[in-house]
Amino acid sequence: MKRKAVLRVNAKLLIPLILLFALYVQFHGDFGPGGGFQAGVIFGSGFILYAIIFGVEVARRVAPAWLVRIGLASGVLLYAGVGVVGMLLGSNYLDYSVLAHDPVHGQHLGILLIEFGVGLTVACSMITIFFIFAGQRPGGEGR
Amino acid sequence: MELPGLFTYWIVVVLMMTGFYVVIAQGNLVKKVVGLNIFQVSVFVFYISMSKVKGGTAPILEDGIEVYANPLPHVLILTAIVVGIATTALGLALVVRIRETYGTVEEDEINAREREP
Amino acid sequence: MVFMAVTAFTLARLRNLFAVAMLSGVFSLLAAVVYVVMDAVDVAFTEAAVGAGIATVLMLGTLVLTTDVEKVHPKKPIAPLIVVTLTGAVLIYGTLDMPHYGDPNAPIHHHVAPRYIEKSGAEVGPPNIVTSVLASYRGYDTLGEVTVIFTAAAGVLVLLGRWRRAAAASNPHKTDDEPEARS
Repeated sequence: MKRKAVLRVNAKLLIPLILLFALYVQFHGDFGPGGGFQAGVIFGSGFILYAIIFGVEVARRVAPAWLVRIGLASGVLLYAGVGVVGMLLGSNYLDYSVLAHDPVHGQHLGILLIEFGVGLTVACSMITIFFIFAGQRPGGEGR
Repeated sequence: MELPGLFTYWIVVVLMMTGFYVVIAQGNLVKKVVGLNIFQVSVFVFYISMSKVKGGTAPILEDGIEVYANPLPHVLILTAIVVGIATTALGLALVVRIRETYGTVEEDEINAREREP
Repeated sequence: MVFMAVTAFTLARLRNLFAVAMLSGVFSLLAAVVYVVMDAVDVAFTEAAVGAGIATVLMLGTLVLTTDVEKVHPKKPIAPLIVVTLTGAVLIYGTLDMPHYGDPNAPIHHHVAPRYIEKSGAEVGPPNIVTSVLASYRGYDTLGEVTVIFTAAAGVLVLLGRWRRAAAASNPHKTDDEPEARS
């Protein structure tokens, strides 16, 4: 799709908006509909749109495989780590009330952190899966 | 128009059975994955339809609203959808690998090839 | 919802798999509309993003890698149809005892849901109850789900990763820095 000028210009306009919207959904999830899962999917689809329009190799340069894989693992680790921090501060696993002086603030901070972990993992797994599917040779060997 | 109270469940059953039929009767593996998806969506609709309360609103707290839909099924299905797409991707990856090894995605042709020496 | 049933039937009958992929996107969007009608805005949001966006793209990617036309089977299998009809009849018989749609007295609304609705604002804070249940009350569940997603992505990597092709090209020093392939 090197020559589709309309598509390329429109995609350039749309992709920042999609990514921005994903971040809005991520951090506004406490107040309206939204949260880590949706934000991750939207963020991932922004990257997938970029990869479809500009080619997978270009997109791989923007999000190298090692970076995406690190993100994939660190999302889960962040989630589990928040639980462990709560435990070290003298409470139950995944109890966020002790993360700040005030239980409600602690809950808020904990939810923000683990939603970020969820979003990171979901976005990175969507990008990984798409890149892998797109990186295959069409048709396969087919013995 | 007032539909009978059990109408949604009947639609769910019809959807579920359509997905089930696709899974057991069709030989194409990609089609089977689509059938599984239909089955999955029917279960989601079933859960969400149970959480609805007549006269209620979406479960976002606001002053002056008393009746909310039940938030618990929403949470379960929200995560299930994303997990569903991840496992679907895994299934499709398996289909691609099967195609590479056997050269086909039709079940009977795979079986025939298995029986060859 | 009737539209959903019609779309599902068409999906079952169609042989062109590209049409099937697009139609399953339509199916997901219809499901999202149904969720909005049933007051589940969060779920509808997810379904629209996942089903219409990512699932369709993945399905098309698979079709490019495999084939897009389903083989025509000469004989219509009758046994699956009987099994499906029987199961459906039993399930419909089961729904006769279910509480009606939207009934506020259904058992599901009387166990833990009232507590979530009344207390989550004071105990957790966010006005979106779904978020507070997801992240706080049911944190273990969500941790498990995230782990499943992580595992699925890792599984796709194992099945279709790049290094497998490097190994297939019999280039041994390229696979040294990657874990051993099963293929």
